Amino acid sequence: MTEFLQQLVNGITWGSVYALIALGYTMVYGILRLINFAHGDVYMLGAFFGFYIARLTGAANDPNPLRAAGVLLLSMLGCGIVGFVIERFAYKPVRKSSRLAALITAIGVSLLLENGGMLLFGADPKFFPQIIPSANVPLGMGVSISNQQIIILAVSVALMLGLRFVVLKTRVGKAMRAVSYSHTAAALMGISVDRIITFTFVLGSMLAAAAGVLVALQNPKIEPYMGIMPGLKAFVAAVLGGIGNIPGAVLGGLVMGIAEVMVVGYLSPTWRDAIAFVLLIVILLVRPQGLLGQPPAEKV
Amino acid sequence: MLTVEDLDVYYGAVHALKGVTLKADAGEIVTLIGANGAGKTTLLRTISGLVPPRAGRVTFEGRDITRMPAHEIVGLGVSQSPEGRLVFANLTVEDNLDLGAYRRKDRAAIKSDADAVYRLFQRLLERRRQTAGTLSGGEQQMLAIGRALMSRPRLLLLDEPSLGLAPLLVREIFRTIQEINRGGVTVLLVEQNAHMALSVAGRGYVLETGRVQLEDAAARLLVNDEVRKAYLGG
Ligand SMILES: Nc1ncnc2c1ncn2[C@@H]1O[C@H](COP(=O)(O)OP(=O)(O)OP(=O)(O)O)[C@@H](O)[C@H]1O
Ligand SMILES: [Mg+2]
Repeated sequence: MTEFLQQLVNGITWGSVYALIALGYTMVYGILRLINFAHGDVYMLGAFFGFYIARLTGAANDPNPLRAAGVLLLSMLGCGIVGFVIERFAYKPVRKSSRLAALITAIGVSLLLENGGMLLFGADPKFFPQIIPSANVPLGMGVSISNQQIIILAVSVALMLGLRFVVLKTRVGKAMRAVSYSHTAAALMGISVDRIITFTFVLGSMLAAAAGVLVALQNPKIEPYMGIMPGLKAFVAAVLGGIGNIPGAVLGGLVMGIAEVMVVGYLSPTWRDAIAFVLLIVILLVRPQGLLGQPPAEKV
Repeated sequence: MLTVEDLDVYYGAVHALKGVTLKADAGEIVTLIGANGAGKTTLLRTISGLVPPRAGRVTFEGRDITRMPAHEIVGLGVSQSPEGRLVFANLTVEDNLDLGAYRRKDRAAIKSDADAVYRLFQRLLERRRQTAGTLSGGEQQMLAIGRALMSRPRLLLLDEPSLGLAPLLVREIFRTIQEINRGGVTVLLVEQNAHMALSVAGRGYVLETGRVQLEDAAARLLVNDEVRKAYLGG
């Protein structure tokens, strides 16, 4: 029982990271029907930005929550800019072309970021500094949680609530929902569709950056290819929850994280990556629209 | 108020509008009739800035809007209820109307304009918290028109508002269009229901395969032999 609860705590923590990344996939898909394959690499950039910012600002040598928060925010800002640039210079020029063109562009951007990362950061893994002193907090019944896990959870939840607020309560959020329904109808409302698309990319990239920094708190080894697997799994999480559906991405992320941790704990660590694809196949067979997705509407 | 001069629009190799010229003066109801595929929707889409024309000019209140982005044209006072209605199915009636006022900031006036829409279409009032996708076709049409009014347009473009509605409802919609027009909104009305459209409009244009074939006072088009044969069932 203790073991199970401990795994559950770990799984939820891990899942909240997947959820943060999955949100970016799902938002961009909702608005452009595009799978942004470079999204996992933006997560990688988030970790590296955090790494360099922590060094430059001295947060690496002076672990305290305020500086750590600064590292997180600056990295999010950096990736927000990267998201803006990717959208503006890679995706926007092919927006009126075929879906295939967009997909190939996405793969191209992904390769560019990975190999550009290699060039810039080097192939050797770097070690993310301890910007928060680590400690363990007992939860009772023999279950404990590290303060890094607490931070991961708290920051993820705060970001998701923030996103929920933006999407449901603000003007720009309403515009996002309008654009995801129909670009034509949104434009006829006076919404600048281009601007909403840009905003969506920036928002998604910032969430991915946060995920990158949060993960690096716990797994400090970072390298330019580190985004591939989590990116793929977060994408599966988005599909699992129903791609285009924001609560679905959160749910899918949690299911993915818990499943992965349980498989490692109770089956075998070699199954760690396979479980994502097992889940993908199962969901596509049983409920292709995803857990919270709507079945495709009949066009009248 | 609105002028369209020598407009040429292509979809790839399809030449959808061939030198279309028309105008609408302030306060008018102008109707555009024509068979399926004549280019009526294309014309409205071009005026709204959704389709870029290859040649020609569109002006609104003396201003060239030919290549202006769609969302800015709305801001100038041109609004459209599009073909197929395109109401935001997952959002409530209220939120749909709110989005219609997207570019406006005057909260209080937006609220009173929404109330005015509910007075115009009372069925929407009872359904204000219902999602638009659950409305009947007629109610969705009302919502599409109401939503288009929320930007306070001076020119309203309507694309087949009577499509798929029962005769009684068609009459109601046309009455409402006249009421909107009496409130000072110029209307460009695209219709297949030529009889109704010509009865409420002051002037009309007949579009055939991308060209304006006829233009005249609506009353005269109603008794025109060609029009009667082609669009009024003899
Ligand atoms: N997106 C598009 N791509 C290619 N061709 C198009 C497109 N939209 C319209 N067309 C073509 O342009 C022509 C005019 O179409 P349009 O929709 O403007 O006609 P319409 O008069 O509105 O017809 P209807 O009464 O059926 O709505 C048609 O031949 C149509 O096939
Ligand atoms: Mg049409």
